[in-house]
Amino acid sequence: MRTIFFILQKEFLQVFRNRAMLPIIFVMPVIQLLILAFAANYEIKNIRIDIVDQDRSSWSQRLTHKILASGYFELNDAPLSVKAAYEHLAQDDADLILVIPPNFERNLVRQDKASLQLLVNAINGSKAGLANGYATNIIRSFNKDVRAEWLAMDERNGPPRIDVTYSNWFNQEMNYKYFMVPGILVVLVTMIGAFLSGMNIVKEKEVGTIEQLNVTPIRKHHFIIGKLLPFWIIALFELAFGLLLGKLIFHLPMEGNVLLIFLFAAVYLVVMLGMGLLISTFTDTQQQAMFITWFFIIIFVLMSGLFTPVESMPDWAQKITWFNPITYFVKVIRMVMLKGSGWEHIRHYFFIMCAFAVVINAIAVWNYRKTV
Amino acid sequence: MDKAIVTDQLTRRFGDFIATDAITFSVDRGEIFGFLGANGAGKTTAMRMLCGLLKPSSGHAKVAGYDIATQTELVKKNIGYMSQKFSLYEDLTVKENIRFYGGIYGLSNQRIKEKTAQLLDKLQITKEANQLVSSLPLGWKQKLAFSIAILHDPSIVFLDEPTGGVDPVTRRQFWDLIYEAAHQNVTVFVTTHYMDEAEYCDRISMMVDGKIKALDTPRKLKEQFSAVSMNDVFLQLARQQTVSNQ
Repeated sequence: MRTIFFILQKEFLQVFRNRAMLPIIFVMPVIQLLILAFAANYEIKNIRIDIVDQDRSSWSQRLTHKILASGYFELNDAPLSVKAAYEHLAQDDADLILVIPPNFERNLVRQDKASLQLLVNAINGSKAGLANGYATNIIRSFNKDVRAEWLAMDERNGPPRIDVTYSNWFNQEMNYKYFMVPGILVVLVTMIGAFLSGMNIVKEKEVGTIEQLNVTPIRKHHFIIGKLLPFWIIALFELAFGLLLGKLIFHLPMEGNVLLIFLFAAVYLVVMLGMGLLISTFTDTQQQAMFITWFFIIIFVLMSGLFTPVESMPDWAQKITWFNPITYFVKVIRMVMLKGSGWEHIRHYFFIMCAFAVVINAIAVWNYRKTV
Repeated sequence: MDKAIVTDQLTRRFGDFIATDAITFSVDRGEIFGFLGANGAGKTTAMRMLCGLLKPSSGHAKVAGYDIATQTELVKKNIGYMSQKFSLYEDLTVKENIRFYGGIYGLSNQRIKEKTAQLLDKLQITKEANQLVSSLPLGWKQKLAFSIAILHDPSIVFLDEPTGGVDPVTRRQFWDLIYEAAHQNVTVFVTTHYMDEAEYCDRISMMVDGKIKALDTPRKLKEQFSAVSMNDVFLQLARQQTVSNQ
């Protein structure tokens, strides 16, 4: 035990003496949370629209107002010809064109129906989809207004009696940040766990001090514990720091017990530290360690359900995510924070994570023994 | 027990390559034993086996009375080691380095304190005690590394080319430290490329191609090869080797 204490003391001295380290610990979470939470946003506002109103009637005016008042669209231009609008689309000045053809009002009044044309710039697929969806919704709602006003008196063609209303559970306002920030916290903790621990061990190899340590009576498990424990502590501190920032800046809800998150994180970090250790046994320089860790983390993060739902991945990819520790933590932290899930709901994931921890560390320690 | 190191047909193979080929020798307590040989002659492999870093393929060896294959932990407790690569932590201060190495060898806090004061006094770096090791000149670092290697009073200290890249004056001072340790009955096992340093040793072994080709005091070796200096002895052995290779 005393040996571990001496190693810990040395590690903390080295970590906090490293000028690059303190900014990483304190500035990185702030920047990541602020930038990612605001930037990585699925809600699209300020979609630039060109409205070609060839009808110039009171109804076409009403539609235009309704669209612009929704808050999703920003009028780029209102040219008279469709050709000019195409030009805007081609030059990427506009994302969407709405063409209101001549006689829109007349057709609406006389024939009870009128057509509109929507042209979407689909280079950015998800943006196009959303723009189309928003616009369609608004037009449908406009349609309903029209029917309500014109046909309310008519018994046979009255306004639709059934209307679907919906409410969003667990994230009432569909606040995108409530959804993203917990996930970003997971990435943050992962970075500290997997990157710093692996690089720290490889550094001893690179500098040559590991040879000196190998001739001392330090036992391998003492060395490993002494090396990994500091980052376990730092990463848990980061999580607490990040949660606090989330609370202060984004007013994140905490429906469940925060201790459950820390309990899960404690085991999750053992997995990540084990991964760092495993990578350090394969590599000789910090550069190699960093690239290999980066490779895995990128795949893990992209396939974690943080940005895109796991359910929308192809079948084979969903199977891979079963072996992705980040998936579980992202899921659990969202469940606990937004839904208030308790121990009985996350127990299953907790045990899976424990199994990961045992397996990856067994491989890492076994490999570590073999190499040195 | 009056032998610090005893080896018997100690061999290490890497695949087909025999790095250390059945070497047998013994080193007395308090002796300064020079371990010489060209690069790739098998010195480092032999030394790594004696330190418990590498298991022998065959043969036996006892270091400080403990078997290197089966009692590795006891061997490690009783030896000091200084590698050719500088092995202190540059981002820790002199004092912190002493404390760390003292700690992992199981010295009590009281003992670490005493040892630190002694060591700083001996090397006359009390003023620099709280400076980062990276700020010290290379010669000082080397002396500090040696002193830390014998901090836990090992009965044997292994030095792997300890004076590489150091100026002659500092090298001389370094050897004063080695003599001092030997006087306190510490066995010194040292590899070197400097032939003048070889002359300082009590006995010398010359390794060529994994085998010990000569082993005696510097004086007797010079007589045996009718050479004026150790450099000559070394060159003659090396030349023999080249001839037999052709």
